[in-house]
Amino acid sequence: MTPRLQRWRQSLKAGWKLLTQNRMGLVGVIMLGSVIGMAVFAPWIAPYDPNETSMVTIDDIYAEPSREHIMGTDDGGKDVFSSFVYGARVSLVVGFTAAMISMIIGGTIGLTAGFLGGRIGNFLMRLTDIFLVIPDLPLMIVIVAILGPSLWNIILVIGFLGWTGTARIVRAQSLSVKERQFVTRARAIGAGNFYILRRHIFPLVLPLMVTNTVLVISLSILDESTLSFLGLGDPTTLSWGGMINYAFTRGAISAGAWWAIVAPGLGIVWVVLACTLVGNALEEVFNPRLKTHHLQGESKMIPHRGLAEPVVTDDHVVA
Amino acid sequence: MMPADPGPSASSRQADLILKVENLTKVFPVSRGILGALRRQPQQWVHAVDGVSFQLGRGEILALVGESGCGKTTTALTLMGLEKSDGGRICFNGQDVTHLGERRRRAATPSMAAVDGQDYRREPSVSPDLTVKRMRRQMQMVFQDPYESLNPRTTVFETVAEPLQVHGLAGTRAEMVKAVCQSLTDAGLNPPEAFLDRRPHELSGGQRQRVVIASALVLEPSLLIADEPVSMLDVSIRAEILNLLDALRRERGISILCITHDLGTAAYFTDRIAVMYLGRIVEIGPTRAVLAAPKHPYTQALLSVIPVPNPRLRRQRTILHGETPNPVSLPTGCRFHPRCPQAIEDCRLTDPRLEPLQPGWQVACIRVP
Amino acid sequence: MLLPEPPLLEVRRLSTNFETEEGTFKAVEDLSFELQTGESLGLVGESGCGKTTAMLSLLRLLPAAGRIVSGEIRLAGQNLLELDEAQMRQVRWRQISMVFQGAMNAFNPVRTIGHQIGEALVLHAMAPSLDAARPRVIELLEMVGIPGSRETLYPHQCSGGMRQRAMIAMALACGPQLIIADEPTTALDVMIQAQILELLEGLQANLGLSIIFVTHDLSIVAEVCHRVLVMYGGVLAEYCDVDTIFNNARHPYTRRLLAAFPDLSRPTGRLISIPGHPPRLNDLPPGCRFAARCPLAFEPCFAEQPSPRLLEAGHWISCHLDRGEVA
Repeated sequence: MTPRLQRWRQSLKAGWKLLTQNRMGLVGVIMLGSVIGMAVFAPWIAPYDPNETSMVTIDDIYAEPSREHIMGTDDGGKDVFSSFVYGARVSLVVGFTAAMISMIIGGTIGLTAGFLGGRIGNFLMRLTDIFLVIPDLPLMIVIVAILGPSLWNIILVIGFLGWTGTARIVRAQSLSVKERQFVTRARAIGAGNFYILRRHIFPLVLPLMVTNTVLVISLSILDESTLSFLGLGDPTTLSWGGMINYAFTRGAISAGAWWAIVAPGLGIVWVVLACTLVGNALEEVFNPRLKTHHLQGESKMIPHRGLAEPVVTDDHVVA
Repeated sequence: MMPADPGPSASSRQADLILKVENLTKVFPVSRGILGALRRQPQQWVHAVDGVSFQLGRGEILALVGESGCGKTTTALTLMGLEKSDGGRICFNGQDVTHLGERRRRAATPSMAAVDGQDYRREPSVSPDLTVKRMRRQMQMVFQDPYESLNPRTTVFETVAEPLQVHGLAGTRAEMVKAVCQSLTDAGLNPPEAFLDRRPHELSGGQRQRVVIASALVLEPSLLIADEPVSMLDVSIRAEILNLLDALRRERGISILCITHDLGTAAYFTDRIAVMYLGRIVEIGPTRAVLAAPKHPYTQALLSVIPVPNPRLRRQRTILHGETPNPVSLPTGCRFHPRCPQAIEDCRLTDPRLEPLQPGWQVACIRVP
Repeated sequence: MLLPEPPLLEVRRLSTNFETEEGTFKAVEDLSFELQTGESLGLVGESGCGKTTAMLSLLRLLPAAGRIVSGEIRLAGQNLLELDEAQMRQVRWRQISMVFQGAMNAFNPVRTIGHQIGEALVLHAMAPSLDAARPRVIELLEMVGIPGSRETLYPHQCSGGMRQRAMIAMALACGPQLIIADEPTTALDVMIQAQILELLEGLQANLGLSIIFVTHDLSIVAEVCHRVLVMYGGVLAEYCDVDTIFNNARHPYTRRLLAAFPDLSRPTGRLISIPGHPPRLNDLPPGCRFAARCPLAFEPCFAEQPSPRLLEAGHWISCHLDRGEVA
């Protein structure tokens, strides 16, 4: 392993440590981890296979939570818990994939706009403004309605509309890094644009991108849930949003079957909250520290208890 | 102005010159905004560098001094090719490098100076293989801020090896380590192995500046441009760095262009000094002579106000009034006349050129015989 | 030093610490000096030597982690360390004011300089409102060489030199007797520096001000100060009048510092540098703080920190080499 890769690994380990030392970060990581674990181990966790068709009687429909069905059953007599567990997969996959797409698009546009500046930069930023101004959700609804509600269409639509925030942040950061003296020095050595982007600008932009992407994940999951709730979800898969949709449209409320709505709803809240906590913690971790020019280095000042008044006693010594 | 040169080849004098700059010009547009452009306001220009000419011999150290805004840093950036010049000629090692582009065989681009009717087509002496990138192997730069010149995430080894990698001269890792250690030793960091894995925040200001110098040396350049190399270091360690630069000149024959606002630094180790004001050189000559008996009124005023660490030497200070005017709207005639204590009527009308006073000493002032 | 009138400012054995996660930083230890009315003192030292901390201690404007642990600061006879916060507020700006380091960049960008100087007057109850303060603001600006009509300018419309003058005007607002100028000319060109120093000298002569110049540049001190105090690592290294410092300095640090400054009147002199770096103030060696870098250090230097001793009239030094009378 080359020394550069070794140092990347070290940075990752150090970053992980900082993240988990932060209380918010730790809670968020645990929350997120639990959901991801649940999604990955779904076949082992879910007591019933949601795709299995079985004979249902009238008693099975919207049955209350019981020992056989810990979260009750839905309108088709299927176990809500199993749907919940498998539903996590859809929500997470869509969320993560769409966020990745957003990150790649936003990162590229931001880096290009910030680094090249000039007319290209201006054009890209105006493009970003246009995308920002367009209301996301109605546009998504329209596009999905036109293209058809397949899982990939949903992922692409969310991904292609969610990059604007990332682009702006990345552009601002590239602009500021570009002006720093070590970039001028690299140019003076004879480095070309790609080299500077790769070696100097990208590593300093990446932490910001990662932090922003985590928050974009939560937004993507929300978007997907909304689309599914509106009936535009992929009919072949069942995500949490879809579960809520079916519950609403098939009379769960009038039947008093709160479990059919609360379970997936809480699931969405849980994941979004987890992502937000992790994102906020990452921001604190990556916050560019104040530059220190003093030989003594940086040290956190402990606030003195009480006022900053001197205490002078007779023998000129303070305990 | 300059002693007439027969051409870029031939004369032995030319061979001794590593850098010859003639009438270098660089302007920056003043932003008008959309409204200004729509209303057709005339485009104004900041004349950062307005006709700078000088020569630098091999193994010579030239100080370029002036206050902030006089254009000395812009001159350095233009010489390095980091800014495109808008006029004039730069000859490096006998080759005209004024219009070098990143790609070979680029046609001369029309520039503002073309208005003067001069022809800037590439001279046949320019080797077609010379690109800006290759030129930069010979010409390196040291920057002012030792804290900002280094990427905080790179180690010392990576920083010093970077030029080798950029120019494709990196061999095996062992070869790179050897070259890097050699450079670090030349820059005074001993033992070099102890520094290889350190990051910038673990080094002191003087050590960082040495790392930057080491990375400049690793390509074995013949010209080093040092932009305020010691102004951000503590006084007690400035001498080390200046002594190092002087040693590099003596032992390796590297020519140095030292840009500074501090006449004390310039006096210490430079051979010749060029004083700039508002984008022009107003006086250029041997350092000791110029500082002992300056001829241009601006140089005289500057020297008179520099605090001398000896209270017994109270002297007459010529404190100029006001501040350096805006390089956008230059005064008519001599650009120094509004503040010059020796200005006469003619100074408002004539823009003086650098005239030789003695061999090697030129002054741009009509009041100097 | 016996003079017919008592000194305006007397500092005796001032010590200030910073409590941090990495231990206690002894930023200033055992500092003593005096200042007469109309005198200027140059406080010289490199970055991190404690000079700014000492001045902030005078004004009791230390950050939350700073504590003055011992000493006396007497301004016109009154010990400032015995005052409570309300009384101290009457002293700050009215009797002692400060032009902070880099202050010219600390102007509020969205208010005119006239407004900001007026604010200082209103806050210290020198004028009932900003409008009433205008005449005094214009007077102050004229005093520092800025035409009164410029009070409507915003900071970004002013040059560096002008902003520094405006800062000095703000410091003069309440007519103090003592001004502390922390690195007043560091970021300025040499010509503007000369203008600012000339201005400060003129103010001193016209208003009878005492000024403490905090700087790392010994040459400025030679131009404008009467007495000089050289600090190293938080302690006093040498304290005497300006002529003695430059022509008869005795502390090894002072001598080497002088030799590190280029002197245009003697251009062929060789500049030296002082290898090493100052000690970390939370991890101090037991002996003299300069011992590690001192070429003349011998045994006692590593064992005991020398306290300031009076060498001859008005000349104090902290060094084992020069055994003067104990204070």
